[in-house]
Amino acid sequence: MSTHGEWEAVIGLEVHCQLLTKSKIFSGAATAYGAEPNTQADAVTLGFPGVLPVLNGDALRMAIKFGLAIDATITQRSVFNRKHYFYPDLPKGYQITQYELPIVAGGKLDIELPDGSTKTIGITRAHMEEDAGKSLHENFVGVTGIDLNRAGTPLIEIVSEPEIRSAAEAVAYLKKLHQLVVYLGVSDGNMQEGSFRCDANVSVRRRGTEKFGTRTETKNVNSFRYVEKAIEYEIERQIGVIEAGGVIVQETRLFNPDTGETRSMRSKENANDYRYFPDPDLLPVVVTTDDIEKIRATMPELPEAKRNRFMQQYGLPKYDASVLTAEAALADYYETVVSTSAGDPKICANWVIGDLLGLLNKQSLEIGASPVSAAALAGLVARIADKTISGKIAKEVFEAMFAGEGSADDIIKAKGLVQITDESAIAAAIDEIIAKNPGQLAEYRGGKDKLFGFFVGQAMKATQGKANPEALNRLLKEKLAG
Amino acid sequence: MHKLSIKQLSEGLRAKQFSSRELTQFYLERISRYEPSLNSLITTTADRALAQADAADAAIAAGNAGPLTGVPLIQKDIFCTRGVRTSCASKMLDRFISPYDATIVEKLDAAGMPMLGKANMDEFAMGSSNETSWYGAVKNPWDLERVPGGSSGGSVAAVAAGLAPVATATDTGGSIRQPAALTNLTGIKPTYGRVSRYGMIAFASSLDQAGVVARSAEDAAVVLQAMSGFDPRDSTSVDRPVEDYVAALDRPIKGLRIGLPKEYFADGLAPSSRQRIEQAIEVFKTLGATFTEVSLPNSPLSVPTYYVVAPAEASSNLSRFDGVRYGHRSESARTLEEIYKRSRGEGFGAEVQRRIMIGTYVLSHGYYDAYYLQAQKVRRLIFDDFKRAFESCDLLLGPTATDVAFKLGTNVDDPVAMYLNDIYTIAANLAGIPAMSLSCGFVDGLPVGMQLMGNFFDEARMLNAAHQYQQATDFHRQLPKGFE
Repeated sequence: MSTHGEWEAVIGLEVHCQLLTKSKIFSGAATAYGAEPNTQADAVTLGFPGVLPVLNGDALRMAIKFGLAIDATITQRSVFNRKHYFYPDLPKGYQITQYELPIVAGGKLDIELPDGSTKTIGITRAHMEEDAGKSLHENFVGVTGIDLNRAGTPLIEIVSEPEIRSAAEAVAYLKKLHQLVVYLGVSDGNMQEGSFRCDANVSVRRRGTEKFGTRTETKNVNSFRYVEKAIEYEIERQIGVIEAGGVIVQETRLFNPDTGETRSMRSKENANDYRYFPDPDLLPVVVTTDDIEKIRATMPELPEAKRNRFMQQYGLPKYDASVLTAEAALADYYETVVSTSAGDPKICANWVIGDLLGLLNKQSLEIGASPVSAAALAGLVARIADKTISGKIAKEVFEAMFAGEGSADDIIKAKGLVQITDESAIAAAIDEIIAKNPGQLAEYRGGKDKLFGFFVGQAMKATQGKANPEALNRLLKEKLAG
Repeated sequence: MHKLSIKQLSEGLRAKQFSSRELTQFYLERISRYEPSLNSLITTTADRALAQADAADAAIAAGNAGPLTGVPLIQKDIFCTRGVRTSCASKMLDRFISPYDATIVEKLDAAGMPMLGKANMDEFAMGSSNETSWYGAVKNPWDLERVPGGSSGGSVAAVAAGLAPVATATDTGGSIRQPAALTNLTGIKPTYGRVSRYGMIAFASSLDQAGVVARSAEDAAVVLQAMSGFDPRDSTSVDRPVEDYVAALDRPIKGLRIGLPKEYFADGLAPSSRQRIEQAIEVFKTLGATFTEVSLPNSPLSVPTYYVVAPAEASSNLSRFDGVRYGHRSESARTLEEIYKRSRGEGFGAEVQRRIMIGTYVLSHGYYDAYYLQAQKVRRLIFDDFKRAFESCDLLLGPTATDVAFKLGTNVDDPVAMYLNDIYTIAANLAGIPAMSLSCGFVDGLPVGMQLMGNFFDEARMLNAAHQYQQATDFHRQLPKGFE
């Protein structure tokens, strides 16, 4: 974590998170990403004369779900407002959003800092609103294209308290928030596609002072790395300005990923007067206690609770539990492997974290796209547990499974990898090796214990690695001892 | 034929005395004959109407006719009609062909009513005289030098002149009732939320309500019936069954308790109009209604309240007309800002611009609390006044307008004088209650309207009272000279 001497940064984040609904927040048009421009823009999306908005119930339920996950108050009578400004990607000349009465108020998120400590960041509010379209400047000369497919996509804007004190904390907060919304199934969290976007409010003050400095807002920083860079840059810039005797101007700034710098976009004086007022086309959103409890009943287990359960139920170390619960899909995968294979949970964890994630990462695959299903991996683990194959052979089998050569049993059978557990057969192989290597035997018996490994290697080689390692070790020890 | 009621037209169609095609052609001919002197239509849709008429004739032949099948109508040009220009009487939308139908257009099409055309109106429904239309003023058939009222001036002029049996209309502050009063028609604005607003170009969303103008309460009832009902596409529409308005018409009104708001009979009401209304009260008494004086103490605040709320919402609703996706775009615009400023400057008329400016001001930072929020509080008081009144009354009765139709050009340079035209009608919009206007006689050959106001969703009772009055009188049957 970088330090800034006598200066302290004060950071608040606003995250725009697209909700994973099939249709738009106020119309039936589809929300899928990447369609041909304006093919997902119906009359409501286009802001045609006479059209009216109707709230998408799924968007509301997702917003409430998020609120419950951050221990917030769900506003039982929240209100949609109109926020006015002219821009070509805003069809109605106003955005429908929530202002004084947001659906979610007063939550919190615990983040883990790099030093292992925990900090609670307050979440002021989260409100529902509609996304704008996109202005397209590339591929056009002298004119601007407008794609309104994204217009009307439901968003929740999540506003943190100014309780974040460094770029590293900001990233920890964002990662935690990102994990949460994906876990809840309320967002796909896809940052490249703009499903999860961040604006950073940054100010600096001398350590020990109470009063906030003047803040700037850096817009649309769309990766964790850029957030860190942009905030770091902005902190340094502000300190530099103040130390040089200047003052910070309240303004909106834009981060340039190519230079790693932020630059002024518009000052407060040029800010729009948004003329908020309650949208008369939409009634207040009334949510009953019963509605809230129904949604609460559908809440999935959240990351922290899942991690703690994994540690207790499966006896996993914290690291393993954290890795396995980073994504709900991975956690589900792991639990399927354990329950289907009836294998040792730690061995299962090793397989998932080590072998599976290793190969997936190498090929940049998500867990959902794994060529080896949880049930298939369970089949492999079961063959280790019932001693059909050794752990070493299993690695070979797993690679074949990952390459699509079939199930564990198919591969074991096809390659003849079944472990030799017949002790007389193993003993025979050992006898032969001992007979062939009288010199090494004499040295071993003379006290050169290290040669045990040599004999193991020879015996494994003789049995093509299929000898049960535990039986082989035992018999070899007996026979070498004479 | 244009003197027949909708019920008689429907009976004639079923009895094959005439076909819907013949009826439609009859009205289209009247339109081409009289329209030059009235300017009541922006667009005539003869082909669409005749195709619909043929479909209606087929339905009648097949025995599938409803009470409106084959009866033509005119739609106010505020309702989106697929494939047809929907201009809202603005240069801004002069070339706008709607890609979709308003819910009420769908409903009335489904009821089998051929659409003869789209009625002229004040631009974006902002006006009380139909003089703000980009397509020029509409003339009152009762006196071509006078206004027909507004904003539904085209709808009333067309029906009063017999160019259609009935027309749709909309009412944000009196835009159905005041024009109906000035042209001897029966016009009803139902309860806010009774008729879908989907596809009706928004002026002031919390006040706008669609309704109908017709030559009698009976005609209005049958058409309103077909327009009403819950629409899942309009969040402010109310999911509640629609009463049978037609069946309620014939109920006796003996014992009906009618309140007379004393504020509606104060200075400002022309004595001649007051006299006609007092005569109407006597008629109601002979029908068994009882009268009491009531007070709506906050009603003097309704005009100022309205002229905060309505422009505020209008300034927001009209933001979408930016010259980017549809509508007028200035040819001289070179930059984005010029597209906005010039397109809107050229596309909107003076009254619309005035209201956008007022609305922008009252919503702006630092003024919102003093104007918009305060207006909403007063609105609540106006609502409470009505609530109290309806504890002791079934209906309220008063004037619709301060006087008979005024001459074209009278108030065009004095917006405040023009705004005061709606002094008796605005409160019903602010409260959301249903209200209607019907003729109660003439002064110097010009019609005088009286207004009935009802409790929420009490349209049937209002229409019933109006129908009973019209059974006892014949003012509503009078036609303007030159259009017989």
